[in-house]
Amino acid sequence: MPSVAFFRRWGVQLVMALPLALLVWRWVGVVQGGEPRALGLSAEPVDFTINFLGLWALRSLWLTLAITPLRRLTGWSWLAPWRRPLGLWCFAYASLHLSVYFGLDLLGSVMALLKDVSRHPFILLGMAGWCLLLPLALTSTRGMIRRVGARRWQNLHRLAYAVALLVSVHFILRVKGFQPEPYVYAGVLAVLLGARGLMALRARGMRCATRSASEQV
Amino acid sequence: MLIRQTGANQPAESEVTPEGVYTDRRKVLAGMIAAGLVPAAALAGEAPKRQGAAPDSVVGRGGALASRRTRSLDESPTSLDSVTHYNNFYEFGLGKEDPARNAGRLHTRPWSVTVDGLVSKPRTLDIDSLTGLFPLEERIYRHRCVEAWSMVIPWVGFPLARLLALVEPLGSAKYVAFETLHDPRQMPGQNTGVLEWPYVEGLRLDEAMHPLALLAVGLYGHVLPNQNGAPVRLVVPWKYGFKSIKSITRIRLVDRMPPTSWNRSAPGEYGFYANVNPEVDHPRWSQAHERRIGEFLPRRTLPYNGYGEEVAGLYRGMDLRRWY
Repeated sequence: MPSVAFFRRWGVQLVMALPLALLVWRWVGVVQGGEPRALGLSAEPVDFTINFLGLWALRSLWLTLAITPLRRLTGWSWLAPWRRPLGLWCFAYASLHLSVYFGLDLLGSVMALLKDVSRHPFILLGMAGWCLLLPLALTSTRGMIRRVGARRWQNLHRLAYAVALLVSVHFILRVKGFQPEPYVYAGVLAVLLGARGLMALRARGMRCATRSASEQV
Repeated sequence: MLIRQTGANQPAESEVTPEGVYTDRRKVLAGMIAAGLVPAAALAGEAPKRQGAAPDSVVGRGGALASRRTRSLDESPTSLDSVTHYNNFYEFGLGKEDPARNAGRLHTRPWSVTVDGLVSKPRTLDIDSLTGLFPLEERIYRHRCVEAWSMVIPWVGFPLARLLALVEPLGSAKYVAFETLHDPRQMPGQNTGVLEWPYVEGLRLDEAMHPLALLAVGLYGHVLPNQNGAPVRLVVPWKYGFKSIKSITRIRLVDRMPPTSWNRSAPGEYGFYANVNPEVDHPRWSQAHERRIGEFLPRRTLPYNGYGEEVAGLYRGMDLRRWY
C-alpha cells in the first residue's frame, strides 16, 4: 500500500507517465496487427497521436502553472517539488508531439517544416512554443540554476507564461468552426494568470506597506 | 448577392458548361433518360420485395441495395468500420466517433426531399420512391476531407443530373442549393453554435449536372448508415468532403450563388468551389498531402482529387487561388 509520502514523492511522475504509457501500449497493439480504432487510437491513429501528445503537453503546462497558486491557496507545501517535473513532462510531451508531426506528417523534411512554419501561423505558434520551452528545459537542473543565477533564472522561466499564451492560440486555431474545448483551456489559463497577477499585486502591496511602515519609524 | 467575378479571366458560361448541355440542356438530358442508359423502371421491378420493406421499395432485407458497379478504382476501399466511425457530421457531435454514437436518433423513414425553385416541374419525393426512381449504380470514389485525410468509398446512388433533368430546370437556373434536415431533437448538435443551422451547400448548375456528381443513398451495398448522411446525401468527389452535404431534405435551383455553411463560418478558409487542390493551402495547414485512413504515411494529394481529366474543364480560365 503506497504511503502518502510515496505519493508526494512519486505521484507526479506516475500521473504524467500514465498517458504516455497508455499511448505506447496501444501502439504496441497496432504493431502487432491490431485495429487502431479497436485499440482506442481512432481510425486515424497518427492524427490521434499528434492531438493526444499536444493535449498532454498543454495539460502539463497548465498544471505547472497551477502549482504555485494552488500551493498558496491550500498551503500544501509538498506540491512545490512537483513544479519542475511537470515542466519537464510538458517539454517531453511537446517534443514527442513535434517529433510525430515532423516524422510522420512531414516525413522528416526540414524544407517542409520551414514551409509549414512560414506559411501557417497555426504551425508557427506551436513551433515558437516549443522553441521557448527548450531553454527552460535545458536550464532546469540545479547546476544550471546556480550558473545562470537565481534572479535571471526566474526571469527566464517566466517564458512559461508566454508559451502558454502561444499554445492557447495554437489550440484555438487547431479546430474548425466554433468549438468550446480550446476556449475552456484558454479560460483556465486566464484564471491562472489572474491568480498570478493578484499574488504579485498583493506582494507589492505588502512590500509597500512594510516600506511605508519602516519609513514612519 | 452574386459573388461571381465578371472580369477578364472569368469564363463565359458557354465556356464552362459542356457545350452540348449549354446549347440545349433540357433536350439533351431528356434524351439521356429516354435512351435509357439503363431503363429507369427496370430496377424497381427487379428488386426483391422482401419482408420489412415497403411494397414498392428497392431496399432489400437488412437495407441491402441492388446496384450495378459503374466505376471502380485501382485503390483499395477503406474498411466499412472506418467509413462509419470516422465522420465529420457536427449535427451529431464534434468528435470523429460521435456521429456513429449519436446518429441513431435520426429517423430516416418517412423522409421526403423537395426539389423546387427555378424548375418547370417541382417535385417532392418520398425517400423510397427517390431511391427507386433511377437505376442504382455503385461507384468507388476517393473522398478527400479538407482536414487532409482521405478514404476510398463504394457509394450506391445515381447521378444528380438525372434528378435535375426530371424537374426540368428553367433557363434562369444557374446554381443548385442543398439543405440538410433542421431538427435539433433528432440532431442534437444543432443546439450548439458550432455552425449556423441548417447546414447548406451549393453547386454551380454545370457542376451539379456533371456525371460524376452523385446522389448517394447507400454505401458498401446497403442503405447509408445515419452517420454517413442517411437517407440521401451528395457526393462530389473532386471537391473537399464538406461540399458533399448529408441528410438532404431540399434541393433548390436558383439564379444566385447560394450561401454555403463553411464559407459563411470562415470565408477566408472555405470557398464556394472548394475543389481539391494541392497547390492552394488551407490558411492553417498544407493541402499538398493527405493521410489515407488505414495507412500510416501521407500520400500526395491529386488536383481535383484525381478527377481532373473529367472536371478541370468546368473551371477553365478561372484563377483557382482566388476561387478556392
